[in-house]
Amino acid sequence: MNDQTLFSIFFSAMVVNNFTLALFLGLCPFMGVSARVETALRMGLANIFVLVLTSLSAWVLNTYILENAPYLRIISFIIVVASLVQIVEMVVKKIAPVLFRQLGIFLPLMTTNCAIFGLAIFQTNRGYDFLQGIVFAIGAGLGLTLALVLMASIRETSELSDIPAIAKGTGLTLIIAGSLSLAFMGFAGLL
Amino acid sequence: MRATTPSQDFIRGIWKENPVLIQMLGLCPALAVTNTVKNALAMSAATFFVLTCSSVLISSVKNFIPKEVRISSYILVIATFVTLADMMLQAYAPVQHKELGAFIALIVVNCMILGRQEAFSSRNTVYRSLLDAVGTGIGFTIALIMMGGFREILGIGTFFDISLFGPNFEPWVVMVLPAGGFLMLGFIILGMGVYEQRKQAREAHGEAA
Repeated sequence: MNDQTLFSIFFSAMVVNNFTLALFLGLCPFMGVSARVETALRMGLANIFVLVLTSLSAWVLNTYILENAPYLRIISFIIVVASLVQIVEMVVKKIAPVLFRQLGIFLPLMTTNCAIFGLAIFQTNRGYDFLQGIVFAIGAGLGLTLALVLMASIRETSELSDIPAIAKGTGLTLIIAGSLSLAFMGFAGLL
Repeated sequence: MRATTPSQDFIRGIWKENPVLIQMLGLCPALAVTNTVKNALAMSAATFFVLTCSSVLISSVKNFIPKEVRISSYILVIATFVTLADMMLQAYAPVQHKELGAFIALIVVNCMILGRQEAFSSRNTVYRSLLDAVGTGIGFTIALIMMGGFREILGIGTFFDISLFGPNFEPWVVMVLPAGGFLMLGFIILGMGVYEQRKQAREAHGEAA
């Protein structure tokens, strides 16, 4: 069991140990879909949704099933994440087709998003209970969204500026990410 | 099937299609655990093991896997080998296992490994898949050691725990912090861009003369 307060878990997951900028989780969408603010925001919201569901199911697995077989953890988590994404996709398509169209390709891609899988692993390693897990998931999701939107707005601006041809693309994105990560280090003293 | 020779299968992954530096796959581990050379080496060894074993296994059973469930089957195979690697590291290198922590488990979602299975092992012979996996694994190792080396030398002033600059060296602490990972990879990629550009310019110049 972990006796951190809910607020410190939430705050730590959102800014101090931001999933993208401090732990390097979920970098693929961070590099891939951070070109437009609107897409970035949508991606972030989809992430929050799946993260919360993952946290729920990881907790159920840990509490009721994996107690006697911890060595099956990696395998069962990845199966659960993959099928969860599939189910969410089907349900959303049926119930809210508009939302489904808005999320588009991002939903299925979430299976191989390390942030989702990482959340399940971290939650287990730190021994969070049910409520702590949910709060952790929401915090992490908001942190991802924050990083994505920040990155997207910087990239939108930098597109118009005069940059040497060689620095365009990944190199520049990484260095912007580095500067963002430096800025987020400033939060480290808060907790 | 592509018309490449076995040696091309092997060499391609090392530099020309380096998984981290060119294809930008497997960035999570490349950034997260490369603050020292030792961690980088442990991480690459684990990834190398998982990649090679899954490539061999998947290419040998590729005809029995139905197309519809192939991705899930690949992930299951990969997850099994990751569990093995996790246990072996815990048994033989407990210090490194503790340092790497959750990132060992995260090898499962390393897109580089799944990418190799989907793009190569699922349609080539066991021998060529092995060559491809070993080549890609070496490329991954080179990238990680490069990152780990630069970050450790600049951030701590040591290489493999051997002090390089004497006691008066003021370390760039930022290099071993998360921000340093982004910056270092960014600089390496920029450096490679400059190198490629010069090479092209030289070739163009040579043709003109």
